[in-house]
Amino acid sequence: MGLRDLSATEQIGELAAGRVSSLELVEAHLDAIARDDVEAFLAVDAEGARARAREIDALPERPPLGGIPLGVKDALSTRDIVTTSGSKMLEGFRPVYTATCVARLEQAGAVVVGKTNMDEFAMGSSTENSAYKNTFNPWDHARVPGGSSGGSAAAVSAREVPWSLGSDTGGSIRQPAALCGIVGMKPTYGAISRYGLIAFASSLDQVGPFARTVADAALLLQHMVGRDPMDSTSLEWPTPIEVPVATDLAGLRIGVVEELMGEGIDPGVKAAVEAALVKAEALGATIVPVSLPTALSGLATYYVLAPAECSANLSRFDGIRYGPSAEADNLLDQYEVTRGRLFGPEVKRRIMLGTFALASGYYDQYYGRAQRVRTLIVREFAQAFEGVDVLASPTSPTVAFPIGDRTADPYAMYLADVCTIPASLAGLPAISIPCGLSDGLPVGLQLAGPAFSENCLLDAAHALEQVIAFDTCPPGLAT
Amino acid sequence: MSDLEPVIGVEIHVQLSTRTKMFCGCAPSFGDAPNTHTCPVCLAHPGVLPVVNGEAVRRALIIGLALGCEIAPRSIFHRKNYFYPDLPKAYQISQFDIPICGRGEFTAIREDGSELKVGITRAHLEEDAAKLTHGGGRRAGADGSVVDFNRGGTPLVEIVTEPDLRSAADTAIFLRQLRQTLLFLGVSDCSMEEGSMRADANVSVRPVGSQTLGVKTELKNMNSFRFLERGVEAEIARQREIIASGGHVQQETVHYEPDTGHITSLRSKEESHDYRYFPEPDLVPVAPDPAWVERLRSEQPELPIPLRRRLVVEMGLTQEDAEVITGSPELVAYFMEAAGLADPKSCANWIRGELRAQLRELGQEPWESNVTPAHVAALVGLLADGTVSVPAAKEVLAGVIETGDDPATVVEARGLGQMDAGDLSAIIGEIVNANPDQAQQLRDGKDKVMGFFVGQAMKRTGGRAEPQAVQALVRAAVLGE
Ligand SMILES: [Zn+2]
Repeated sequence: MGLRDLSATEQIGELAAGRVSSLELVEAHLDAIARDDVEAFLAVDAEGARARAREIDALPERPPLGGIPLGVKDALSTRDIVTTSGSKMLEGFRPVYTATCVARLEQAGAVVVGKTNMDEFAMGSSTENSAYKNTFNPWDHARVPGGSSGGSAAAVSAREVPWSLGSDTGGSIRQPAALCGIVGMKPTYGAISRYGLIAFASSLDQVGPFARTVADAALLLQHMVGRDPMDSTSLEWPTPIEVPVATDLAGLRIGVVEELMGEGIDPGVKAAVEAALVKAEALGATIVPVSLPTALSGLATYYVLAPAECSANLSRFDGIRYGPSAEADNLLDQYEVTRGRLFGPEVKRRIMLGTFALASGYYDQYYGRAQRVRTLIVREFAQAFEGVDVLASPTSPTVAFPIGDRTADPYAMYLADVCTIPASLAGLPAISIPCGLSDGLPVGLQLAGPAFSENCLLDAAHALEQVIAFDTCPPGLAT
Repeated sequence: MSDLEPVIGVEIHVQLSTRTKMFCGCAPSFGDAPNTHTCPVCLAHPGVLPVVNGEAVRRALIIGLALGCEIAPRSIFHRKNYFYPDLPKAYQISQFDIPICGRGEFTAIREDGSELKVGITRAHLEEDAAKLTHGGGRRAGADGSVVDFNRGGTPLVEIVTEPDLRSAADTAIFLRQLRQTLLFLGVSDCSMEEGSMRADANVSVRPVGSQTLGVKTELKNMNSFRFLERGVEAEIARQREIIASGGHVQQETVHYEPDTGHITSLRSKEESHDYRYFPEPDLVPVAPDPAWVERLRSEQPELPIPLRRRLVVEMGLTQEDAEVITGSPELVAYFMEAAGLADPKSCANWIRGELRAQLRELGQEPWESNVTPAHVAALVGLLADGTVSVPAAKEVLAGVIETGDDPATVVEARGLGQMDAGDLSAIIGEIVNANPDQAQQLRDGKDKVMGFFVGQAMKRTGGRAEPQAVQALVRAAVLGE
């Protein structure tokens, strides 16, 4: 077993015991990244990472995260490290500031080794919308890693980093975590500052961790949550995130979302999720069916609201102040040629959708109506949580699909997020853990809870993780 | 078609003079080197977020309270989307359907003392755009346009009125007095030239008695009240002419050229802008604590319009005195202090008259000068008890301006005390005896010659004689009155 097979918590333990240095850990992972055959990274800051590791190794006392490597989704601003959000629009762009969540982790002793591939501006479910390259699923290189944070998920799965950051707007952490057989969590909206997260849909975007264990995800989360004066929507965090230790689920009421266990869900996925629920019951949980009738409308609601917000969020990319710029001899061409050439087709599609949804005369019919449905979904979840503590469902209706399979059919691609979107719309925390295999590919179990229920979710996920005992190592991975 | 009446409403943008911009920590600036007051937030770098400036909220509330507006318990921001290089996010964060300040009313006072009531539709918070300088004309894409982002993100309050104004003159009166009120609130520099106060007027005409509004045009961005008044006047005339010749007014944005007095159309094509407003997801609602709002209400300073009324009614000032004195909060404070120590009307006369006249040459305002309000009161006292004559008092004032000594000391030092009546009588006798021709003219009823005697007396006494006393003594000596 190599260093890279250790979980983040174990690596921190090795550092604390003095059996390994931060520099050695960073080198081991940089070495793996250099041989990266899943194309997880867009940029690697080897020199910066080594320098930071040496600095940490020289400290009289190790910071809490010890000096172990971290992968960061390219949607997060990192000072002096090229940050593109997967788009040609920001090719070569070096930010002047670092996102709050990344800065907090660096402060706690994380070493950023590089930026991970993603769907352009986080729009997609397969990372195939990256303007730079495809990322491959470590379990089967002919398949997608999921998206939009596909690079971050693949990097953790392929053990190129012990953990990484992603962002989740409609499922962009949970779905790739499920497809790559790792843990991914989207916390309560407002838990982690969005300052420095290149916005896709502001009212939905949340940063969150990828890791190979629930405890690691909790540890990363612990150092990121809390109010940031630079983000008005960030929340004062009520109780610290605890690293989970629970081994049973006594007294936990788990609601199984009926609408997400029926039509459209692969039988293999359903079977793996049901098997996990049987294990949950054995740990003392009560399993009850729950209906969220409006939840399936979530997809349509999401595809009005998210594009509406993105149509404004992406307007700042005009080639004037930063990023590449098209040659043009008048202002209108400057805008049109720059944006026409540098945005990819999915980004353009969503900008057009969103622009239309906000147009005068259509606003109420689309944006206004979607907001009302969103309110209904929030209420439906609140009602559901009167009877249960946690809601369970598959994270993704299918396992990882072949590269190119859905690129011609945007709607088929959109369906990949049908299970994850409802919790996003309601701003609720949700975690995906690997719960088994279907046709040799990982299946994710999603647990969602009320706002601020992170500790409860992490406990439940941790207890289940122990009995599921999923082997996160993709077959054939050489470490 | 003389029975058409103008209908005018105005939109006023007021830059708040806060220490930082509306949504970031940069200091707003005027006249500093371009693009030196910027940060990732106001340059709209990827990933940044706005944070509302609490002081801007406080000032917006103060303005709303002064305008009698309903204060929204929970107002929200919206994004107003349009592409232009002066707007780095390509949307302006503004307020739309729930502004921080709702309906209110402002009462101005015309020169004849009559009231001019103007309904306030709303007052909302937003951010200013950056400053664009076009090298080659107004058209987009013209050569050499440059952007200075220093102004971008400066807090603005936009005040919108009801179409309650009926003349260009009333519009100017309203705007001047609104500006004065804003200055008293200490929320803005309100400089039309520097653009910290900008006014647009919506102008239409309609048959007198009609309740429906005519098609309006928007007269943009005048940099002085004088031009604005002339511009509105010109636009009213233009619309009357169009209708008189059987035409229809086009809804468009127009511009007044002060040099030629002409109205030109600005950009009628852009009128159909769809700003695609939607609630700003990066900000939480502004919900001011009601107790705080009440405290702000109770802390409001006395505003110029009610103050003006009080100066006339309670302190005996003329309408004109009151208008001058309420010209600035500093002058009001100065006057009030003096008026607490001596006759208010006399204090007002001296402050707005001789004091300001003498200081004008030095480029000083009363409150910046050596003359304290107590000095003014002392001087008024010296006049009232006959210690000094009016001409001598002017010299005393000059002395105070020069030295900062109190008036009594100046009188002493410069020997400016009023002459003893006997001494003055003797001097007049000498003057009359020495000028028999002029004495004869006076006897012949040529009263104009009195000026000669007063002048002679002033020369002989070094200005220490009271002109009225001189005239009385000359009459007594020459005519035996
Ligand atoms: Zn700034």
